[in-house]
Amino acid sequence: MSSKQPRSLFQKVWDAHVVEPEADDRPAVLYVDLHLVHEVTSPQAFTALAERGVKVRRPDRTFATLDHSTPTLPPNAKGERPYVTPQARDQVATLEKNCREHGIALAGWDSPHRGIVHVIGPELGLTWPGTVVVCGDSHTATHGAFGALAFGIGTSEVGHVLATQCLLQRKPKTIRVTADGSLQPGVSAKDLALTIIAELGIGGGTGCVVEYAGEAIRALDMEGRMTVCNLSIEMGARAGMIAPDETTINWLRGRPRAPQGEAFDSMASQWRALVSDEGAVFDREVRIDASKIQPVATWGTTPDTGIAIGASVPRPGSPSAERARDYMHTQTVLADTPVDVVFIGSCTNGRLPDLRAAAEVMRGRKVKSSVRALVVPGSEAVRQQAEAEGLHDVFLAAGAEWRLPGCSMCIAMNGDLVAPGQLAVSTSNRNFEGRQGPGARTVLASPATAAASAIAGHIADPRPYLGVQ
Amino acid sequence: MTPFTTLTSRTVVLPQENIDTDQIIPARFLTTTSRDGLGKLAFYDWRYDAEGRAHGDTILNRIAPCAHRILVAGRNFGCGSSREHAPWALTDFGFRAVVSTEIADIFTSNALKNGLLPVVVDQQTWNELAARTGENATIDLESCELRFGNHVAKFAVESFARRCLLDGVDTLGWLITHLPAIEDYEKRVAA
Repeated sequence: MSSKQPRSLFQKVWDAHVVEPEADDRPAVLYVDLHLVHEVTSPQAFTALAERGVKVRRPDRTFATLDHSTPTLPPNAKGERPYVTPQARDQVATLEKNCREHGIALAGWDSPHRGIVHVIGPELGLTWPGTVVVCGDSHTATHGAFGALAFGIGTSEVGHVLATQCLLQRKPKTIRVTADGSLQPGVSAKDLALTIIAELGIGGGTGCVVEYAGEAIRALDMEGRMTVCNLSIEMGARAGMIAPDETTINWLRGRPRAPQGEAFDSMASQWRALVSDEGAVFDREVRIDASKIQPVATWGTTPDTGIAIGASVPRPGSPSAERARDYMHTQTVLADTPVDVVFIGSCTNGRLPDLRAAAEVMRGRKVKSSVRALVVPGSEAVRQQAEAEGLHDVFLAAGAEWRLPGCSMCIAMNGDLVAPGQLAVSTSNRNFEGRQGPGARTVLASPATAAASAIAGHIADPRPYLGVQ
Repeated sequence: MTPFTTLTSRTVVLPQENIDTDQIIPARFLTTTSRDGLGKLAFYDWRYDAEGRAHGDTILNRIAPCAHRILVAGRNFGCGSSREHAPWALTDFGFRAVVSTEIADIFTSNALKNGLLPVVVDQQTWNELAARTGENATIDLESCELRFGNHVAKFAVESFARRCLLDGVDTLGWLITHLPAIEDYEKRVAA
């Protein structure tokens, strides 16, 4: 291939990882630099390896944590953790055993690094620009915030990577979403992401890798960029990517698993070249005016139903939209809708700046008595930093619960769930029917909006609470 | 993996769009460490109430699954999570193929590795097929044709996955034969 031809960021990372190129009759063999593992999507893959008598090929490129099935309440006096079922406890024990047997590093219960897989990877400096990162989890796109090609895989593919450190992949198409202008005060990365998803639609990214670019993206901190990339799958895209810049490099410097000292500076100069060349061609280009975005919440049962909080819910234009409206039965004006539960956390919005934004709204205020508010930090490190800043005191004083790190009520498989019929404003990523528990109704929003809704008792624009009008 | 060549079976139509993996198998059932026996959990919250009583109003509770192996579903089937439990649940329930106008990426990848054939057709073909719920259709993977009534519709399947399905070959075995090239790559690039 000619090096003169302009290439996208995605193309550069793809090209650097092709072990065997694709042909008409077979996909490319693509090398994986980092394989993240958690307890839910890995046990059957380890079983498949055992059946074949195959070992984990590169345990040094594999890193595991416990997050999905883990209780967020502390152990009892006897040290027993309150697992939702014995099966959940066994699933965690299975990952602990598999990691021991295969020599895989595990951020387990006793580790200060444990947390949601997509929070701890970047936090530890495991996620590097220009690498290929995979995990048996669709929100792996999060790591694309660093200019990595990061995507979710199924359990069969988890087995492929464990056994060979490679995947069979067809080259995806590309979309570039350029967000021009600046986000207004009180408008967050989550509002930007939900607006992009609403623009492209739930299947708008299917078969594609999305590169996010433009002034509004460049202005985001790394946590905001992670929020945007994290949600790429909610429009069907396998991966989202943002070109690394000084924000990225400064964020990574000094992280325990990042290169250290001179090696870091040398890598950083390579990372700076990871941008889409002038003239790089994308299969589709989309432009968004970020300055027009208002705080957003979803009205339906797919993540592409975000509208401004003060707006009216659109008339259903299809049987599916009608079903969504009937399931959610929000008020005509979204902001008039009463709230039962508020969940602040997840791989989308469980990082320190997210908790700071929520605390800013809740400070000195009280959660409405009819609302249950749950704040769950994304990792042990986030928990410790938040407690050092006193954020947990703000939440507790407001009447919210402060829990141990994990996926918690986002996926609701650990016992943290929303009761049937209740409406939750959630900083998580999916509002599908029953996502947060059978019959639960989920409204997706930013941490500030979730906090404001907890205080108000109905879906609320956070700006008045932030002194922004 | 059992080879997939030609399948003739009655259809079940679930016309809803965007049937996500939380509908196909709710997350609270993902604490299993096995891939077997998940069919009873397929579409659980559509099939059962909070007390575990079967709803009579869903077609899924009124059919003999083994006689209805073709699921015809609305646009963007299988969106959401990467859980392979979704195709595990669908195949254990009895399905061998899903026909839609659009099927999510990760679901497609997972389905192909489990002998569940994702078939994407145009809207008109889908409309014709969905109007004949419970009737027989034939999916021929050799010719990549979906046939029902007087209709014959072509569909596309990624060529390598198609070969693996036709031959009943699993992809891990094939990938392992590439270990020398992988080792070579690591020596060059990723030591």
